[in-house]
Amino acid sequence: MAKYTRITIDPITRLEGHGKIEVFLDDAGNVEQAYLQIPELRGFEKFCEGRPAEEMPQITSRICGVCPEAHHLASTKALDAVWHVEPPSAAKKLRELFYNAHMLHSHIAHFYALAAPDFVVGPGADKKDRNILGVIAKVGLETGQEVIKHRSYAQKIQAMIGGKATHPSCGLPGGLSKPITEEEREKIESMALSLVDFAEVSLQIFNDVVLKNKDYVDLILSDTYSLNPYSMGMVDNNNHVNFYDGMMRITDPEGKEFVKFSAGEYNKHFAEHVEPWSYLKFPYLKNVGWKGLVDGIESGLVWVGPLGRLNAADGMATARANKAYQEMYSTLGGKPGKATLAHHWARLVELMYAAERLLELSQDPEITSTEVRAIPTETPTEGIGIVEAPRGTLMHHYVTDERGMIRKANLVVASAHGYGAMNISVDKAAKGLIKGGQVDEAAKNMIEMAFRAYDPCFGCSTHTLPGKLPLVIRVYDKTGKKLMDLEW
Amino acid sequence: MANKLKLAIYWAAACGGCDVAILDTDEKILNIAEAADIVLWPIAMDFKYEDLYKMEPGSIDVCLYNGAVRTSEQEELARALRDRSNVMVAFGACASWGGIPGLANLVTREEIFNTVYKETVTTINEDDIRPATNYQGSHGELHLPKIYDRVWSLDQVVDVDYYVPGCPPTPETIWTAVEAIVTGNLPPKGSVIGGTKSLCDTCEREKTEKKITQFKRPFEIIADPKKCLLEQGLVCCGPVTRDGCGHRCTNNNMPCRGCYGPSEKVNDQGARLLNAIASIMDVKDEKSAAELAATWEDPAGTAYRFGLPKSLIFDYKKGGK
Ligand code: SF4
Ligand code: SF4
Ligand code: SF4
Ligand SMILES: [Fe+2]
Repeated sequence: MAKYTRITIDPITRLEGHGKIEVFLDDAGNVEQAYLQIPELRGFEKFCEGRPAEEMPQITSRICGVCPEAHHLASTKALDAVWHVEPPSAAKKLRELFYNAHMLHSHIAHFYALAAPDFVVGPGADKKDRNILGVIAKVGLETGQEVIKHRSYAQKIQAMIGGKATHPSCGLPGGLSKPITEEEREKIESMALSLVDFAEVSLQIFNDVVLKNKDYVDLILSDTYSLNPYSMGMVDNNNHVNFYDGMMRITDPEGKEFVKFSAGEYNKHFAEHVEPWSYLKFPYLKNVGWKGLVDGIESGLVWVGPLGRLNAADGMATARANKAYQEMYSTLGGKPGKATLAHHWARLVELMYAAERLLELSQDPEITSTEVRAIPTETPTEGIGIVEAPRGTLMHHYVTDERGMIRKANLVVASAHGYGAMNISVDKAAKGLIKGGQVDEAAKNMIEMAFRAYDPCFGCSTHTLPGKLPLVIRVYDKTGKKLMDLEW
Repeated sequence: MANKLKLAIYWAAACGGCDVAILDTDEKILNIAEAADIVLWPIAMDFKYEDLYKMEPGSIDVCLYNGAVRTSEQEELARALRDRSNVMVAFGACASWGGIPGLANLVTREEIFNTVYKETVTTINEDDIRPATNYQGSHGELHLPKIYDRVWSLDQVVDVDYYVPGCPPTPETIWTAVEAIVTGNLPPKGSVIGGTKSLCDTCEREKTEKKITQFKRPFEIIADPKKCLLEQGLVCCGPVTRDGCGHRCTNNNMPCRGCYGPSEKVNDQGARLLNAIASIMDVKDEKSAAELAATWEDPAGTAYRFGLPKSLIFDYKKGGK
């Protein structure tokens, strides 16, 4: 074991996007402070200025190829608001179906490929084996193939509606580019049935591998991996989790409702703070204020993502998911859940909900309706769209001119919402795991487990969305005589 | 196993979609894992930069590099991977031509920073703090990579052997590339792995050589699903885009935005699209042409949606002119 005054983990791995961890040690070799830094910025918010607003669902999906549907639909909902157009009911249902398929893809990929290596293969296993291939070696090829098959189902359903699963093209203000056929619906229904069973199997695997292992349960419930922030998620009329539409609900660290608001009021409740050591900003509750990277009711930091959503809701809208919800909170010792690593469990509860909701929607008689577009008739102005991305609340806000060209874009993404809390979690884990300058590979990985629970997506966070290029086309006739200059 | 291929997969100014596209080969991912030892893949594996820097030149058989180059870290990684890899593949639209992040070349870094760290409605930054490449914190110095003033395609930074097109590439395109690599059946250096025709050549929508009298935007009409979208007034990049994506957008009743890059013999995709569009506009004189042209919103952002850094204006090697 080596002695250090500074420990660098670069890059952090098994997440989407770029990040590094710097841990500073004092003379005794104990942790003074750990930082999770984001080393990238792509600038979407700026370069979306000047683009036709209807192109935004496709441009902004390129912020993140792991949750492209989240950006695609947050953007599409913002366009509904910009053009003041209400999509037909079938379009809303089809969007929600499409979106639940997306949740299934993302949650399956995260749980099995990114998170499971830490539990199934083990946090201290050799790094050559600490990956999805190591997981398959442990759980068996048959289970591995089931994982691959069901993630693929989720992708196929999205591709049916979106043209392609990664970077779809279906979202338009007022609806979707095309309906689905009865034949497609039948395929979706049969895949959904299989996905419900697969979600059950996944909860069972979590039960067998994690919950039956006392060491893991102790780890999950340990102070090293616990936090006490506000929680946020989207809810339906019954305060049940919904990913696609509803009100935003925030609960405080004691579990009491702090505020409930609609998408359009977003700016009243959130602000973003800048630190000189990261390209990513820190969103926080404006009405609580920025208190630095600290935890608790005095600090405006919020948990989003699976555990944030489940904490902020009163339950799940489908039967099996709601049962799994109750079971989880009884093991965690009630609400709100404070165990960072319980994000993984909450993710599987949501996996079940997404599968059940997908099935419900695939059986809805309206789902094959061809009425999936309302053509906007009003002058475009400004709009905000929110969805629950796999990793948490995602907000797109556009201001356009009267032709619907983007003048200003503001995006507050899921992983940014969780970034403040994630920093505290990484710092706490480092403090709990590094003592007297002693650190080995397993400890380093266990520090990474603190952010991995959030399933962050720093591709998403390094967005930011301009300008114009003078173009002239000189048009000649067949004989080579110049006909005209065309300026664009 | 000594004869197993050594494979590195890296992302730079990317979205992760290219990595997901590799997973989208479904059960074939297991064949890839059988044929190759993956030595770096941050989304899925725990190898760190220090592991990479320990490797000898030439010790990686193939590197699939996705994402454009926007930061000093991404450039360093591109160079480190190039040095160690026998075959360097620009994987996906961003690495090949800059992709959508390349649209940032329409603005300056300064403008981006001002928007992000100062102007957006939710930002509260009274002290005008900006992320710094070197910051003396209370516990020690913290470093961030430098963000360059423009976006570079991979081949503007290091030598590239092959290009895999698409945003993201389809599983079929990826599998064609993997098979070529595994069997050693590689096309000439510099080749793009994909179709040789244009998207229009294989598009099944009905074309009537009709001229455009008015440009339409996708939200304004419900397009006829059987007829050429361009002839319905929707700008479609099919005429200048490489075939091979399976018509994923046009089959979805939406126009192509050109993510498979320029088709064979087209070097500047955007300029060629402007030409192609100008040639089918129904106009008599300069005035009517200008009037019609003005109804096409954002030609630059459409024609160069995936390839601004490789357009004639921006296409030079980093360090060159
Ligand atoms: S080419 Fe497309 S899918 Fe690949 S990294 Fe770039 S934006 Fe993402
Ligand atoms: S312009 Fe577009 S719709 Fe028309 S033939 Fe070409 S690819 Fe098809
Ligand atoms: S239709 Fe065009 S934009 Fe769509 S996937 Fe194919 S090449 Fe890419
Ligand atoms: Fe994401």
